[in-house]
Amino acid sequence: MNDMRAVERDVDTNDLKITARGVDVFYGDTHAIKDVDVDIVDNTVTAFIGPSGCGKSTFLRCLNRMNDTIDVARVEGSIMLDGEDIYDPKVDPVQLRAKVGMVFQKPNPFPKSIYDNVAYGPRIHGLAKDKAALDEIVEKSLRRAALWDEAKDRLDQPGTGLSGGQQQRLCIARAVATNPEVLLMDEPCSALDPIATAQIEELIDELRSRYSVVIVTHSMQQAARVSQKTAFFHLGELVEFGETGHIFTNPSDPRTESYITGRIG
Amino acid sequence: MSDATAPSPTAPTSSLLKQDDRTRRRNRAETRFRAYGMAAVIVGILALVLLLTSILSNGLSSFRQTFITFPVTLAEERLDPQGNRNPEEMARVTTFGYAPLLGQSFVEHVQSMGIETDLGPREMAAMISDEAPGQLRAMVLANPDIVGETITLELLAGGRIDGFFKGRVTMASAERDNNVSPEQLLLAEALREQGVMDTRFNWDFITAPDASGQRPEAAGLGVAILGSFYMMIVVLVLALPIGVAASIYLEEFAPKNRFTDLIEVNISNLAAVPSIVFGILGLAIFINFAGLPQSAPIVGGLVLTLMTLPTIIIATRASLRAVPPSIRSAALGLGASKMQSVFHHVLPLAAPGILTGTIIGLAQALGETAPLLLIGMVAFVREYPSAPPDGFFDPASALPVQVYNWTQRSDPAFVERASGAIIVLLVFLIFMNAVAILLRRRFERRW
Ligand SMILES: Nc1ncnc2c1ncn2[C@@H]1O[C@H](COP(=O)(O)OP(=O)(O)OP(=O)(O)O)[C@@H](O)[C@H]1O
Ligand SMILES: [Mg+2]
Repeated sequence: MNDMRAVERDVDTNDLKITARGVDVFYGDTHAIKDVDVDIVDNTVTAFIGPSGCGKSTFLRCLNRMNDTIDVARVEGSIMLDGEDIYDPKVDPVQLRAKVGMVFQKPNPFPKSIYDNVAYGPRIHGLAKDKAALDEIVEKSLRRAALWDEAKDRLDQPGTGLSGGQQQRLCIARAVATNPEVLLMDEPCSALDPIATAQIEELIDELRSRYSVVIVTHSMQQAARVSQKTAFFHLGELVEFGETGHIFTNPSDPRTESYITGRIG
Repeated sequence: MSDATAPSPTAPTSSLLKQDDRTRRRNRAETRFRAYGMAAVIVGILALVLLLTSILSNGLSSFRQTFITFPVTLAEERLDPQGNRNPEEMARVTTFGYAPLLGQSFVEHVQSMGIETDLGPREMAAMISDEAPGQLRAMVLANPDIVGETITLELLAGGRIDGFFKGRVTMASAERDNNVSPEQLLLAEALREQGVMDTRFNWDFITAPDASGQRPEAAGLGVAILGSFYMMIVVLVLALPIGVAASIYLEEFAPKNRFTDLIEVNISNLAAVPSIVFGILGLAIFINFAGLPQSAPIVGGLVLTLMTLPTIIIATRASLRAVPPSIRSAALGLGASKMQSVFHHVLPLAAPGILTGTIIGLAQALGETAPLLLIGMVAFVREYPSAPPDGFFDPASALPVQVYNWTQRSDPAFVERASGAIIVLLVFLIFMNAVAILLRRRFERRW
């Protein structure tokens, strides 16, 4: 289904996939995100870095309207996906989330079999015509999340029975299976060993050819390795946003420099 | 603190081999607490054992009944004066026509066995249950061709004779009793030795309808069990979907505001409302206003539904709340709608809790008496309600009401029967709880 558009996208890369302007998020009286402008370019990996509690997850959740599910959360400003305001009253967040997939900070597999975990998204979105097609999606997704070898003999066993790192990769496979246009990943590698981390980074790099990926990470090395753009958040503000190489070698804000050299955070 | 000479171990600041005061005090406190806990458990178990032994020792005998077996000659001139075996005409002969037949056959049988007794024919016939002529009449009307034959029948013995074999009636008590004489007991004893009378398991206690206060030996639980069963169906069919739907809406969909807070508080309060209040409500609404029939399982079921709803709603909401929110986020994050997230993921996880809550609610409803008294379920009903759905509107009794009813009757034989009914009620409750546990196991194993 994406073939046509994939070709199209290859032609005009550097298209803006998401543009956020003047975004403010409040949790009750807490002002968690303060007037943030970010552009997410298509077919790139954008990294969000910043000290704990600075609002990276909060901002990420704005991009697929997961903040709607938090009663006290209030989002202001405008966020456009492909030029359409995703907070427009006419937009159904359910439809939006099929386009903008998400991997959560804490692994949260369904207490169902590994197979059903991965197959759930394709099933509800009708992505597979028959069982064989579904099998294929499941295998492909698990392979991409570097979980296939460990999981192929136990597809019917509960996903909750996997180790923490395996669960996180299962969640990645699950998100990839629905074929989103944008993939939001909240610290996808925080529970992974270096080998699995390398595999996920490889996956992210591969995904970039078709999707835009936004990744939250606490690892400067990871941000430097996988991303082309980096946004540095501090206390709810977007301090600096630009080319990853630029941010890491020549930050313009002293706070950015202190953070990446390990003095804040 | 200690010498730092290299190879030898440092002297401990305090010895681990000796308990200090604080540790000893804490250990003593723990030992005391364990003792209290154990005492509490023992008290609970003792109370339970006491309750069960008293009920079992009183009630187990009600499942056994004394029968008299003897040949009965079904004289044609008495039962079918026209001689055409037409059940409609034969129905004109009432039970009063059958009673002498039974008495006569019984006396003849006793004489033929050569048993000596001072009793006159009337007193001998009085040993047969008053229920027997009616049973024989029903049998003859159902099958008129047996008229004229002599058939061997097993008929209920009177309640006092039955009590004698169960140890409730003694020679001494018979002296003072207008309903039985020591001579009758002697004859009964002799008949038992001859094998004419025996006490055996009696299905009729479970299947037969209630009987009047003079015939405890014939009273059964059939109508009460059916009535309770019908009410449970009504409760299950109404309370489970309504309760679960309400809980899902309140927990997952409703906005959290003053109004839903108010509803929440009121549901909790509703669970604490005395059940008799629901009875009054049922009387006013379902019978006086809606005009539904009295003593009908549908009304009982509706009242019990009102009572059970808060229990189910509270249990369902608690188990919905226990499902980790990350599961909901996971589903929503994949582009599932709220309803899909609830029905595909949350509800299956909450199902064991919902089931347990529902069955506990049903068990409560099954044992509830007070509201049923108000809506007339206490009436004396001898007709079985017909099959559903019509049966829901027929008069019926209910198990706990039957217990209450029997304890109100003067004949001591009903004490035994009330305890027996309690045993049946307990068996149903244990069965329901076992089902709850089984279902829970099965559902939990799937995840
Ligand atoms: N559901 C919520 N309700 C109220 N406040 C919240 C909620 N979620 C986050 N916050 C607050 O918003 C701020 C930003 O939180 P957020 O989770 O976005 O931080 P983060 O940058 O992702 O941190 P970390 O790196 O530790 O994950 C914090 O001060 C946090 O306390
Ligand atoms: Mg976070």
